[in-house]
Amino acid sequence: MAKIHVEGLYKIFGPNPKKALQMLSKGRSKDEIMAETRHGVGVNNATFEVHEGEIVVVMGLSGSGKSTLVRCLNRLITPTAGRILVDGRDVAAMDDAELRQLRQRKMGMVFQNFALFPHRTVKENAALGLEIQGMDKAKRLQQAEEALSMVGLDGWGESYPRQLSGGMQQRVGLARALALSPDILLMDEAFSALDPLIRRDMQDELINLQEKMRKTIVFISHDLDEALKLGDRIILMKDGAIVQIGTPEQILTSPANDYVARFVEDVDITKILTAESVMKRSEAVADLRTDGPRAALRKMRKHNIAHLFVVDHNHRLVGIVSADAAANLAGRGEEKLAEAICTEIKTVAPDTPAQDLFGIMADLPYPLAVVDESNKFKGVIVRGTLVAALAERGGAA
Amino acid sequence: MNDFRLPVGETIESGIDFLVEHLSFITKASADVVETVLGAMESGLLLVPIPVFIVLAAASVWLLTRDRRLTLGSVLGLALIWNMGLWAATVSTLALVLVSTLCAIALGVPLGILSAINTRMYQAVMPVLDVMQTMPAFVYLIPAIPFFGLGKTAAIFSTVVFSMPPAIRFTCLGIRQIPADLVECSTAFGATRVQRLMKLDLPLAAPTIMAGVNQTVMLALSMVVIASMIGAKGLGGEVWKAIQRLQMGRGFEAGIAIVIVAMILDRVLQKLGTRRDK
Repeated sequence: MAKIHVEGLYKIFGPNPKKALQMLSKGRSKDEIMAETRHGVGVNNATFEVHEGEIVVVMGLSGSGKSTLVRCLNRLITPTAGRILVDGRDVAAMDDAELRQLRQRKMGMVFQNFALFPHRTVKENAALGLEIQGMDKAKRLQQAEEALSMVGLDGWGESYPRQLSGGMQQRVGLARALALSPDILLMDEAFSALDPLIRRDMQDELINLQEKMRKTIVFISHDLDEALKLGDRIILMKDGAIVQIGTPEQILTSPANDYVARFVEDVDITKILTAESVMKRSEAVADLRTDGPRAALRKMRKHNIAHLFVVDHNHRLVGIVSADAAANLAGRGEEKLAEAICTEIKTVAPDTPAQDLFGIMADLPYPLAVVDESNKFKGVIVRGTLVAALAERGGAA
Repeated sequence: MNDFRLPVGETIESGIDFLVEHLSFITKASADVVETVLGAMESGLLLVPIPVFIVLAAASVWLLTRDRRLTLGSVLGLALIWNMGLWAATVSTLALVLVSTLCAIALGVPLGILSAINTRMYQAVMPVLDVMQTMPAFVYLIPAIPFFGLGKTAAIFSTVVFSMPPAIRFTCLGIRQIPADLVECSTAFGATRVQRLMKLDLPLAAPTIMAGVNQTVMLALSMVVIASMIGAKGLGGEVWKAIQRLQMGRGFEAGIAIVIVAMILDRVLQKLGTRRDK
């Protein structure tokens, strides 16, 4: 069962949405409906799922309906038609008390312009949700403090929001949502108001936090780079309708239609970036002469990886050794690695276009080695870092 | 054109007559109560020796504003009033202003909150406020007499009517001006309307509401003077007497006393409003 299940969701703005709904079902466009009935189409037949523990980025240009879509999830905007199931319960059918419960405990929200209360200290702001739940003061302030330290704001509790920079204010916004320990985080262009450097920091911070928390996150963004970097999956919207749902790789490599293709084209970093620019300059290699199976295992453990590339004394690539094989050798008391090395491995040159890497890596069970023309080991490319690196450098490319 | 004259005045008059006939036993009784309370307040305030009163007033000005010039000015101003022999009249005026303002705020702020929350209420209240504010203040004096008789209660009634609009307007405005993203945020965290009012609306609107209170006090002060025509006495009464006897000097002395009281009240209330803002 998906955490959030949305089916046939519509939102029409205006006094008589029924008529507009009929026109939509006859295939009329958003602009036509606006011209004829003065009704705005916010969301047009959206169907998607969000799974527990994933980050889904809802992406689109302004006016594409992404904010409206997310506000339907906690019914800040009442949908015109369709079902929204959160943990199997229909949000659209909830009465006021149930809806408040949902908002108070299950869904935390982070806003584009932070929406901090200026008359409250940072700590009191972070405690807002708990205060609304009716938690007593000592307890809620303590929980707020814990949430603040989670986002790196230890010791700022007594300050006022205006004394903080934009990035720090949004950390307070994040802490306010996290203090509820909600299952679901709704983040409405949460980092869009921050300048690029701070934005990147906050994105990294969110990725770090998410590794620990495993929340279900719905993140709105108009920024493709951000979507590629944060999203486990991306929902691309245009004129209120969902154009494509897919992983960052799917969106980049197989756009569903021209619109997506053009969207992606603007930041077509894969053609510009090369293997060298997206690889990790890994220190974690085994030296054929000096390292035995145990040393190799230790390095793998230290760097938290399952494969280790082996190089010779000239730093030329010899092959790769897996943790299993090394452990096997170590178990038999072998001193030399040579026996466990797999030498039949794929490599790429540093100037290979990043575009081609997806295909090469598609069915590779281990990371890809980058070597120069004399077979010197230069670095490794892991699938995750490939996508992240593409996302991160897209803006510069 | 004048052959058929719409009976505007007659209608209002007969309406008020009707109310007077059926309600005046209540209003007259309440007039007695108010008169007694006011009398007690005044004699209580007059019991305080004047120098002690001035020191206490200066101390509270200092505590509320931390403004040295204002504190010094208050001392000098009040001393001048004492010296001009207008102390009793000033105390009487203060008591009137205090009671009318409290009534105006006690009615006006909740009305302002209601009309901020409820659109119908808003649509109903705003035109009434326009009437209340543009109707010449003297007109309120006329119906006050049949209800309450000549005297201080009639003065308080017309003062409350005249000075309440800013309390309503500013409260309503302050709440309606709360930024939309903060309102959305409180909703997204599941706040009820009452929670939103207590945690967001009122604290954030407080400076605006205080500005309204300030206006109310100023209007009350000016109306209390006008209400001397129907027996409010106090500083206004001194002015009224001076007009009737053409005593220019005496009139100005009472006028200066009013200005002093107004300035002290205004500066203190303004400081209170902006201090909340920080």
